[in-house]
Amino acid sequence: MTDVLLRVEGLRTVLDTADGEVRAVDGVDFDLRRGRTFAILGESGCGKSMTAFSLLRLLPPGGRVAAGRVLLDGVDLLRLSEKAMRRVRGGRIAMIFQEPQTALNPVMRVGDQIGEGLVRHRGLRGRALRAEARELLVQVGIPDPDRRLDAYPHQLSGGMKQRVIVAMALAGRPDILIADEPTTALDVTIQAQVLALLRRLQEELGMTILLITHDLGVVAEMAHEVGVMYAGELVETGERDAFFAHPRHPYARRLFAALPDAAKKAGRLVSIPGMVPPLTRRFTGCRFTERCDRAFAPCAGEIPAWTPVDDRQAVRCHLYTATPPAVAEGIAEPAPPPPAGAIADAKGPLLEVRDLGVHFPVRSGLLRRVSGAIRAVDGIDLRIPEGHTLALVGESGCGKTTAGKALLQLIRPTRGSVRFEGTELTTLERAALRPYRRALQIIFQDPYASMNPRMRVDRIVEEGMRSQGLGNTPGERQDRVDRLLEQVGMDPAVKHRYPHEFSGGQRQRICIARALAVSPRLVVCDEPTSALDVSVQAQILNLLRALQDELGLAYLFITHNMSVVEYLAHEVAVMYLGRIVEFGPTERVMAAPAHPYTRALLSAVPVPDPRARRDVIRLGGDPPSPHSPPAGCHFHPRCPEAMAVCRTVYPEAVERGDGHRVACHLYTGQGDTPSR
Amino acid sequence: MWVILWTDALLYLLVGVALLGVWQVRRSPHLLENWCRVVRNPLGMAASVVLGVYGVIGLADSVHVRSAAAEGQVVSMLDVLLTPLRESTETSYSAPFATHGFTKVSVTHDDGTVSRAYPRLTHGGSHLERPQERGRDILVRALKALALAALVWLALAAAAAGRVARRRAAGWRAAVRIMAGGRDVLPWRALLVTVGVLLALLFLAVELAPRYHVLGTDKVGQDVFYQTLKSIRTGLVIGTLTTLVMLPFAIGLGVAAGYFGGLVDDVIQYVYTTLNSIPGVLLIAAAILTVQIYMANHADALGTLEDRADLRLLALCIILGITSWTGLCRLLRAETLKLREVEYVQASLGFGVSHTGIITRHVVPNLMHIVLITVALDFSGLVLAEAVLSYVNIGVDPTTNSWGNMINSSRLEMAREPVVWWNLAAAFVFMFTMVLAANVFADAVRDAFDPRRS
Repeated sequence: MTDVLLRVEGLRTVLDTADGEVRAVDGVDFDLRRGRTFAILGESGCGKSMTAFSLLRLLPPGGRVAAGRVLLDGVDLLRLSEKAMRRVRGGRIAMIFQEPQTALNPVMRVGDQIGEGLVRHRGLRGRALRAEARELLVQVGIPDPDRRLDAYPHQLSGGMKQRVIVAMALAGRPDILIADEPTTALDVTIQAQVLALLRRLQEELGMTILLITHDLGVVAEMAHEVGVMYAGELVETGERDAFFAHPRHPYARRLFAALPDAAKKAGRLVSIPGMVPPLTRRFTGCRFTERCDRAFAPCAGEIPAWTPVDDRQAVRCHLYTATPPAVAEGIAEPAPPPPAGAIADAKGPLLEVRDLGVHFPVRSGLLRRVSGAIRAVDGIDLRIPEGHTLALVGESGCGKTTAGKALLQLIRPTRGSVRFEGTELTTLERAALRPYRRALQIIFQDPYASMNPRMRVDRIVEEGMRSQGLGNTPGERQDRVDRLLEQVGMDPAVKHRYPHEFSGGQRQRICIARALAVSPRLVVCDEPTSALDVSVQAQILNLLRALQDELGLAYLFITHNMSVVEYLAHEVAVMYLGRIVEFGPTERVMAAPAHPYTRALLSAVPVPDPRARRDVIRLGGDPPSPHSPPAGCHFHPRCPEAMAVCRTVYPEAVERGDGHRVACHLYTGQGDTPSR
Repeated sequence: MWVILWTDALLYLLVGVALLGVWQVRRSPHLLENWCRVVRNPLGMAASVVLGVYGVIGLADSVHVRSAAAEGQVVSMLDVLLTPLRESTETSYSAPFATHGFTKVSVTHDDGTVSRAYPRLTHGGSHLERPQERGRDILVRALKALALAALVWLALAAAAAGRVARRRAAGWRAAVRIMAGGRDVLPWRALLVTVGVLLALLFLAVELAPRYHVLGTDKVGQDVFYQTLKSIRTGLVIGTLTTLVMLPFAIGLGVAAGYFGGLVDDVIQYVYTTLNSIPGVLLIAAAILTVQIYMANHADALGTLEDRADLRLLALCIILGITSWTGLCRLLRAETLKLREVEYVQASLGFGVSHTGIITRHVVPNLMHIVLITVALDFSGLVLAEAVLSYVNIGVDPTTNSWGNMINSSRLEMAREPVVWWNLAAAFVFMFTMVLAANVFADAVRDAFDPRRS
């Protein structure tokens, strides 16, 4: 076709490491068409970022492009001199990065950072330079651009920083924008803002976007064409609608099946067993064979060729070239276990939290006097019955993690009460608290940071038992370690290894085993799956669900992922700036969210279905600082339905039946008609 | 009869700790991997071979006996080995490889006439019938030594190649090609070159040093080569024992400040900020002078001359240690602050693990890379510090052989005409080699252990 702007042919990128040559990108072909978005979808380690870096020839040390061509308007970028390449970077192809915190230089003013590109690629100086930089800030929708030009990055919020990064990328008027996970580090409401911005810029400037992401929802929203990458190669490409209607490759299908949502609540999630094979290996067959449920005779021994399925999709899979043995369509799964939780309704709460507050003092001035407090948690009430899952949802910085830690007395609360089966925990001394530590455990977000790298797995799992005096002899404890590892689906033989030898999902299993070692009653799960890939996330969610059924555990599930909430939680509490704004049974809150914040939050989640046209309730701005929350309802500055009363009075929680409570003036009867 | 001086005992302790460390490393794949990275670094390996030679000399000098042969003096193993050097004293200065003294003296001839002449040395070149043969003699002996060194080197290289061949189940030729191409795990080329140079020097010294003063003699006619070899121990003791003194302060206080925070942190910070504001040299001078006076007043209680010199060396180590823990302490405090918030520490708190348990299991093991890097980097600084302190007379005892003392005494020699350069040059070359090797080695260690570089 003539509108192909960039053509990638047979791109191979290798990394020389101590373990040998890693073929990170192994023969990738695709076209970027003018004004369209091509999304590369894949899990971590599949080579998608490496593909992007290869296009710009910005490979990490030890990396080199071994073969292939990257044709931009017929010119092979891989053959250009470094000097010519510098004109391409930023001038023809610009890139925006995942982490807005580290992509900006903290000691340079925003205007100067944008100006670098303008000087380099457009030769602007002086007043024209500043005017153009201002223009770019306007273009990416930053309010008050004149003042922001002289701001330093730390004075901007996360969403604003990502806009500045987009503005920097636009400075050289590139034809192609490579966006490497542009919203992964952002909250959903901010993500919705940035995605909308990218779409608007594409329409206005006719820009071509290469989007790299692991999020099917983002792909559904942004892409025109999709390429699925697995283990260094593309396994499927197609137009978006065709791809979402009929994903062809078994890997792509399983990715869809692994996504948690309310519809799958009754059963286990489909997970993909095993891991991505190491890319140091030479492949003789399909790379997905070992994990594929549809593998048959030719898969292991023959490398599948590109096969067009129709004129809109192509796939690299033997299912479409040979006749596979007949398999019932759809993915067979074991019969769903009975829905958990119903048993526990009659009992009293296992844990009851009343008016919990955690304030961090803010010191200022010469004498470091306490001048105020950050109210990270500002009076929350929670009840968790035995065997139940309560999800605590909110954007980053809303205090949900602090609340979880305060509940376990890892941070001592400033006020309020935490009662575990009637015992007040907040007033207990360190020593008196120790027996209760058994009952309350925590699983952390980052499976890499939550294990001491210098300890072996058996010592890690055993630590809680030793400190709680469980198990009389070392032999007894080791037996229990074996059983625990089996319980979380790992081979007990791995206990003599060190954490670095395991993948993220395996580490999270070990962390779960460690928490289970002391037979807890309640486990605080602090975003346990947010660092994991979708397929691994499904494994962990299944495990958590199975353990709950088996052991009657109660979970406090802290997360920002709405689909996980729908799948796992019995009740959900939505937190905003240290307070709970809405609480109720999950089905009710998800189906009929009452608080405007909950509604906005739910609407901003990208849905992996391009047909689901949804109305995103766009929230302006960022969450305010908990140091100086707005007067009245904390949410009113961003609320599309704010009324006069919202600016002065914090709304009382109103019961809406079925235990559904909302703190909003729309329901207190104090407000007049909404002043939209 | 064995004599164990204080610094000897502490050095043995240090060797013990080091062996324990090696054993620990062999058990932990993490540390092993890091050390393997040091071992694979060619410069690092070359430096560690050089340091190893210094270490062996220093340790040989730390095994003391009361020798009957030397009239009840306390002598070390090294002294015994170097007896010909130790005992071949001249009357005054003589240049390297000289056969005659450096200054003219009045010589009374057989016929009673007195004339000024350069006297023949008692030991240097005394085996020569005619001094004119010196050049040829040195050349022949040097060639002989080099040939021997080459033979030994070839044997060593062959042994190494044999090992490589056996491990890789390859032929001899293949093994040699692998080693020459630098394709084995170990950097054989760097290793063999270093060993070759050191072997050549060793054989030259063995062949020539007993017959000539290879580095000349000093004012009182002592062999400079002997002195500078004896100085190695002083340098090593200062560089390592100081660390031993410093570590408990740095680790204990740094971890306590970072982990407990609050008042503990405030007090510790106050202490090290204050300590840091006192000029180090001033503090050391004050302390050393106090020790010196105390020793002079209690000379009898403190044993022999050797004991007193040794105690003064130990005192210097302690004082240097007390003044130099603040930097490491600061680093460890900052790292502990970070570690305290790490999730595995939080998880342990969640299990109700005691503070001691958390500190010993989770905090300290994850700080050791910083300790190791700092110790390796500090070593060379301390060796240099000794030289500077001895130069201004607040270092080790004047009777102790040390590079600082050698430099100090050569102060006036530099002003002579013709200049007496070998004393200073010898001290300089030996110290420079050790410090350079230590620095290169420290760099290799840092490259291997610094988490930001891996």
